[in-house]
Amino acid sequence: MMENEIDRELLEKIADMLGKPVGAFNIRKDSGCDGRQSTEHIQITSKEDQPGIDIRIQDGTVGETCHIPVIITKPGIEELVYNDFFIGENCDVEIVAGCGIHNCGDQDSRHDGVHTFHVGKHSRVKYTEKHYGDGDGKGGRIMNPQTVVYLEEGASIQMDTTQIRGIDSTKRYTKIVCGAGAEAIVTERLLTHGEQIAESDMEIVLEGPDSKGRVISRSVAQDTSSQVFYPRMVGNAPCFGHVQCDSIIMGDAKIKSIPAITANCTEAQLVHEAAIGKIAGDQLLKLETLGLTEEEAEDCILKGFLA
Amino acid sequence: MLELKHISYSVREGDGELGILKDISLTIDDHRLVVFTGPNGGGKTTLAKIIMGLVQPTEGRIFWNGQDITDLGITQRARLGISYGFQQPPRFKGLTVRDLLTLASGDEKLSKDKCCQYLTRVGLCANDYLDREVDVSLSGGEVKRIEIASILARSSDLMIFDEPEAGIDLWSFARLTETFEQIHRTGSATMIIISHQERIISLADEVIVVGDGSIRHRGAAAEILPQILQDTLGACPVLTKEVQAQ
Repeated sequence: MMENEIDRELLEKIADMLGKPVGAFNIRKDSGCDGRQSTEHIQITSKEDQPGIDIRIQDGTVGETCHIPVIITKPGIEELVYNDFFIGENCDVEIVAGCGIHNCGDQDSRHDGVHTFHVGKHSRVKYTEKHYGDGDGKGGRIMNPQTVVYLEEGASIQMDTTQIRGIDSTKRYTKIVCGAGAEAIVTERLLTHGEQIAESDMEIVLEGPDSKGRVISRSVAQDTSSQVFYPRMVGNAPCFGHVQCDSIIMGDAKIKSIPAITANCTEAQLVHEAAIGKIAGDQLLKLETLGLTEEEAEDCILKGFLA
Repeated sequence: MLELKHISYSVREGDGELGILKDISLTIDDHRLVVFTGPNGGGKTTLAKIIMGLVQPTEGRIFWNGQDITDLGITQRARLGISYGFQQPPRFKGLTVRDLLTLASGDEKLSKDKCCQYLTRVGLCANDYLDREVDVSLSGGEVKRIEIASILARSSDLMIFDEPEAGIDLWSFARLTETFEQIHRTGSATMIIISHQERIISLADEVIVVGDGSIRHRGAAAEILPQILQDTLGACPVLTKEVQAQ
């Protein structure tokens, strides 16, 4: 596993990885495999028919982690990767994915990742995905992640996605289907600046009785960037769903937030809230009275909002 | 020492100007507890905001410990030791009570014990509040008490409180007045409190009645309280008749 300064920075930003991770991991670098480790309970294998990996987690695996970061350090790489997770029953695991692009060239770098999770009965999964881009080239840093999750009876997923700066264009698609008593909690944090464009299309289907879904989306759009959110919650059984989208708009940015709830059962309880606004003047003034400059106050408000 | 010299503030209204504050001069010595009181819309909050730099006066100069601070911004005044508790504090999505106290104290490693001390002094339990966000999930009274705790954490030489009692229940109010009394007793700060509460007014070394943009009366609490009472009764003919009949 060869690592240089750029690799190290990208891996730390997207996967909090300092040195070799503990547990199972697969590092994908510039469309190749730069390191892989399976464990007794978590097996990682390459796909035979298409780019990507299969991750198989045995029944009853508890307290283990699996890191699968992707880094792109060369301009002009465009890839579509399929990663499939097969998580057994009664597991409690943490999966850390993420993609970092360092583009110093004039050609676009693009990573489209399709992640499909099959989560077995009564298993709990914490899934963290961070996106980060840097490099001073004119080439675009583009990511289009797709995440599809199937939760069996009593299973749960807590999915945290973060994209703070650096990615010029992103189109995210997320779909989670919850079985009986299953629970999906999705927290999405996004900051766009410059001329960046971000779209998030999400569908949570509460299929089984007593399933629960919760979407918390917080975003900041600066400069002339634009964002579109389209979170949809569908209740097909007695269930509870809540969608909350909050955005701070700055500069000449544009934000469109279109939460939708659909009930196909009289016992479905679905709620949505959406708010877009600028940083309130009284918030800045309050923090200035505590000795912060206007810029420090603004940073503090944004940091807290996206924390 | 705080000195206000010939402070005036006016706003444009149609073709003319509307005077909010009219040639106010006053001096407040160190470690004094001064209460600004008077009718609503009389100019108390504007005067307090002018001291913090939240409002710029149209005329006049402000001196803090001998330094002319009139042209300094809010941040600079805060760093010189002036703090301000808002009447209606803002809420912050994502910032916790601990974050706010840490920012206020300027100590990045502010301990839980210290936070607990500040919160206890406004009648809140740290265990219940430290990790809560200062957002709409808190009641008005809770946000108000956290605001006052942030001023205590700031521990500046001049503390300005704009109607600290507003929205606070009776039990917490009693705790709050004890806190003001203690700060005053130990001489750790100069305090300006905007208040209508007799209990707070009675703690003051000096009471300044601001009305119609001017200082109407100033003096010791014992001297001013009957005057306020008279003004209040004078404003209501029914009450005056009832008092006279007794």
